[in-house]
Amino acid sequence: MTVERIVSETKDQFPIGMRVLAVDDDPTCLLLLETLLRRCQYHVTTTSQAITALKMLRENNNKFDLVISDVHMPDMDGFKLLELVGLEMDLPVIMLSANDDTKLVMKGITHGACDYLLKPVRIEELKNIWQHVIRRKKFDRKDWNNSGSQDKPCADSSEAAGIGNADNNLKLNKKRKDQNEDEDEDLDENGNDNDDPSAQKKPRVVWSVELHRKFVAAVNQLGIEKAVPKKILELMNVEKLTRENVASHLQKFRLYLKRISCVANQQANMAAALGTVDSSYLRMGSLNGLGNFHALAGTDQLHNAAFRSFPPSGVLGRLNTPAGLGIRGLPSPGTIQLSHVQNSGHSSNDQSKMQSFVPGNHNTNILQGMPMSLELDQLQNNKGDSRIGELPTVNSTAVFPVSGSLIDSQIAGFSNNPLLGVKSNSLMLEGSSQQATLHACNLRDGVSAIGFQNGNTLSDFASIDPVSSRLRDSKADLQGQAAPINCNAGPMIRSVPQEWKAPRKDALYQSHLMSCSVNSSIPVNGAMVQLDQCLDRNNSIFHRTMDSGSMGPLNFFYPLSIKHSKGLNSAMEPSVTEKEGYFTYQLRPQGNHIPDNIGSLEDLASAMMKSDQDKRKSMDGNFKHDNYSRRTCM
Amino acid sequence: MDVVNQLRRQFVDYSTSLHREGILDDQFTQLQKLQDENSPDFVVEVASLFFEDCEKLINNMGRALEQQQGVDFKQVDASVHQLKGSSSSIGAMRVKNVCITFRSFCEAQNREGCLRCLQQVIHEFSLLKNKLQTLFRLEQQILTAGGSIPVIE
Repeated sequence: MTVERIVSETKDQFPIGMRVLAVDDDPTCLLLLETLLRRCQYHVTTTSQAITALKMLRENNNKFDLVISDVHMPDMDGFKLLELVGLEMDLPVIMLSANDDTKLVMKGITHGACDYLLKPVRIEELKNIWQHVIRRKKFDRKDWNNSGSQDKPCADSSEAAGIGNADNNLKLNKKRKDQNEDEDEDLDENGNDNDDPSAQKKPRVVWSVELHRKFVAAVNQLGIEKAVPKKILELMNVEKLTRENVASHLQKFRLYLKRISCVANQQANMAAALGTVDSSYLRMGSLNGLGNFHALAGTDQLHNAAFRSFPPSGVLGRLNTPAGLGIRGLPSPGTIQLSHVQNSGHSSNDQSKMQSFVPGNHNTNILQGMPMSLELDQLQNNKGDSRIGELPTVNSTAVFPVSGSLIDSQIAGFSNNPLLGVKSNSLMLEGSSQQATLHACNLRDGVSAIGFQNGNTLSDFASIDPVSSRLRDSKADLQGQAAPINCNAGPMIRSVPQEWKAPRKDALYQSHLMSCSVNSSIPVNGAMVQLDQCLDRNNSIFHRTMDSGSMGPLNFFYPLSIKHSKGLNSAMEPSVTEKEGYFTYQLRPQGNHIPDNIGSLEDLASAMMKSDQDKRKSMDGNFKHDNYSRRTCM
Repeated sequence: MDVVNQLRRQFVDYSTSLHREGILDDQFTQLQKLQDENSPDFVVEVASLFFEDCEKLINNMGRALEQQQGVDFKQVDASVHQLKGSSSSIGAMRVKNVCITFRSFCEAQNREGCLRCLQQVIHEFSLLKNKLQTLFRLEQQILTAGGSIPVIE
């Protein structure tokens, strides 16, 4: 009785006691902000490091209601954090800056910020920020219209505007209410209460890799144009998932895809540039890749890990990062690895193939931009190899008919993240005469690469799940497991795996992309499998960074290799187990994404394939590109 | 209590002059309002943090601008940007204004201009630090004498 009362009182008291996480590297501003927030009777936690903030957020999804972050921070760009938080945790984020440049404000909005405040912050402004929490809850809860796309603009504008667009909000809410009847009964996965604004603790739906994979598969099946939340929900057939959840996730995914496509272009360019990978690198790469992965896995930030050799921020930050990550991580061979990775998708046994792989993809352009993209490019370029290349291509088309760019991005993403992983895998696999042996290595690298990428886009990598399961021993068969890389066309794993969380929509995209790509690339003997693994890894990697137990937002990274073998982050399911000395990458997001024993590439590939729609048929004997779903393994 | 009233009057006069000279602006008043029994030393705390931070940033800028081989204006700009943010948060108006000018020199990659601005920053910062320390001392004296700090609107 008393307890109940207390609980309800707390609820009723909202916004009092709202839990805010404040991030600002400037101690003066941080102290001021903290004091102001306390004055508003919020419950405040502060940190001067974005990385720490992410860690805290990932630790416990329900610990905070709102995040306020500075734009300029030394360890991570505020926008990136913004994205990650939005994607992974779906929390409202308010940006803070001394700079009122319209462009920056716009950037904040497009990245999903609920609001953009200027320093010095006034207490009056802070007194109103709780509305963003409510608004977001309502959005998530509300049923998106049948047509996801229709909703998107509304949602976007509402959310993006995020501020005081009361009318909009009201309208949307009303609409949603009307359409919400049937959804009202279901509880969100996290038990979102229906229309209870004062319920501060709205349970969030955790988009695990598995779930995301399903989501991506459903979207792929329907076609991105036609993918509406209702149908997606039906296809996914997950209990306790509401249409709102799907709708908001879809929105993010779309943003992600969009972002990836931009990135992809860049990456393609980069990939092209990096195209020529030395086969010897491949081997090295693979090893490195693994190492990187681990490194990645080790760090919260995927990209950091991945890019041991490279400055992490660069890698992660971008969509491309996923790819980049994979590549980056590897020391110079890393780049090569990328190509490897990409090629791996092809399953071309030769390393050269790998390289070509990337370029093959049409997404090359995307990749070209960055080293990360390199990976993608490679994947894309691998067209030549056909296998991997196919993947991207296939994926893009198959996966998302959204737009060419998306596809590209996917591929790019694919290559970047997932591909990377994948590629390397395949490459690796190919490299060695023994499929198994080589694969293992390849996969590893590939996985790592992918892992990274996936990490980014984990969110979208629901599709990768299947892949991960496939990852069996790398030894197994790389062949042709062109595991359909579920590339979620959209979401390239943008943010570095770690960051994966944040990018709200973009991240999704990225991850999707990654996942997709990863899957598909696996076809290479066992490489494919690896890809899967990679993909899973990515997820895991992604998760890792997320550092949250759950897979978090589809961290579709198959950070297989890294994660698992080296005790990758717990976040990422150690799907990758070391088998026979190889990393069996099992992309298993924390939630056991993949059966542990997916060692063989075949498994991986099959997993991947399964996850993807069975749209694609394996290219040839070498790998099967079934269900080449690109998952953005970012 | 003559002494207390005298001190209080002094305090008010001093505060007003600081505002008039533009050394402090309304934001500082907001800070003072935030100070209460729960956080009695809030203003002093924030000011101390600011001083520390500012010194660090000034050093960064100086080092960056001294580079013979080539000045990394981006780095300088980042420091200036941060200084602008913190100075505006504490209400150090003059410092903030110099930062604005400073930034445009950075964008123009004008080393001379930047150096001049840096000098100005150092000057304004020292001035502010001195004045604030005097103000805090006055506050302390009032409190010791048993009085309360007047609120300036």
